[in-house]
Amino acid sequence: MSELGDFWSKYGDQILQALGQHLYLVGLSVVLGIIVAIPLGIILTRIPRWATTIIAVVSIAQTVPSLVLFVLLIPILGIGTQPALTVLVLYSLLPILRNTYIGLRSVDPTLIDASRGQGMTSWEILTIVELPLSAPIIVAGIRLSAIYLVSWATIAALIGAGGLGELIFSGIDSYDTTLLLAGAIPTALLALIVGFVFGILRRLVTPRGLGADKAQILLKPDLRAEVIVR
Amino acid sequence: MNLSDIASPTFQHLYLVITGTLIGGGVGFLLAIWVRQRPRWAATLIGLAEVIQTLPGIALLAFLLLAFGLGDTPVIVALALYAVLPVLGNTYEGLQGVDPVYLAIGKGLGMTPGQIFRQIELPLAFPVILAGLRVALVTSIGVATIGVFVGGDGLGVLIYRGLQTIDIQKMLSGAIPAALLAIALEVGLSLWERRLTRATTSKW
Repeated sequence: MSELGDFWSKYGDQILQALGQHLYLVGLSVVLGIIVAIPLGIILTRIPRWATTIIAVVSIAQTVPSLVLFVLLIPILGIGTQPALTVLVLYSLLPILRNTYIGLRSVDPTLIDASRGQGMTSWEILTIVELPLSAPIIVAGIRLSAIYLVSWATIAALIGAGGLGELIFSGIDSYDTTLLLAGAIPTALLALIVGFVFGILRRLVTPRGLGADKAQILLKPDLRAEVIVR
Repeated sequence: MNLSDIASPTFQHLYLVITGTLIGGGVGFLLAIWVRQRPRWAATLIGLAEVIQTLPGIALLAFLLLAFGLGDTPVIVALALYAVLPVLGNTYEGLQGVDPVYLAIGKGLGMTPGQIFRQIELPLAFPVILAGLRVALVTSIGVATIGVFVGGDGLGVLIYRGLQTIDIQKMLSGAIPAALLAIALEVGLSLWERRLTRATTSKW
């Protein structure tokens, strides 16, 4: 136990500072991602002719590894916190955009017809019927984005953005196991906590009568494979 | 900088990705088959694999570095761990998604459970399983690039050296092939999947 005390007195401040930077990078990117991606996802469902192509392009862009994207953009954006944030926001868009689109598409069209038959406007249908029904899938996208961002933000340390990644990388560089763990353990815990919290949020936004499992079963098989694992 | 400077890290990269994914994917596949007979375990097992999936790549690599030392081993183990969930989850989902009517038809034709599995369930679930394998492969291309920090080979080595010496050309000589590999795998396997999905669903 005293070992843990020694560890904390030596690295506590460093960990807290790095954690603060990390949360700043992740939090800001997720919020900006949500603000941009959800409206975009809604617009996509209104232009079905373009949507498939855009979603395909987005899916392909998402496969570019984080370290690679950071490096590819160095010649354009340079290094530091600002470029790192730009890359992180770009990355956070993709899962949220995809899941917003897939979620809205998964809403049973007969429900939309029924709402229209009752005289609801498009806006009412969107806010009262479509968004609540697709909320679990959209939140799943935000959850995925947030988990990924915790991971990508560690890599951002390489281009000078700070955060928990810096502790890990200096631990590796100096063969300092303690420093390595001082970065790796909080990073892992942060990712797990973020996943857990958004998992609960997802359950909270699931409309009664539409269990989380049921929401997925309602999806078409091709969409299902995408949502479950990603 | 000539082509062979890039070719050899590219092959090393593919070697790591394929080895790791095959090991992890194989485990995931077998676990899915095992857990099918024990539905009560499914949620626990998939939940556990999900926890692994949630761990950031560099953190997992750091833990594995302490367990296995520097080199390709921690990278391959990390890639294998990350490959378990996509293949496990999709194999399980794919097999659950097979219409029971086909199983009844197979039984009526006098097929053994083994034949039903190999000749009916597996082919019908294959596109979904392939989607899981695609996700695993594409993910591992990315994780393998950061394997360099625990002493792994591959394209990450070029990126890392470029970063250390602020040599943009060197960075890009690792980054561009890695991006192309990920994109090529995603596009190629997606197209194959779509053809298979059409083949398994359009007959009716």
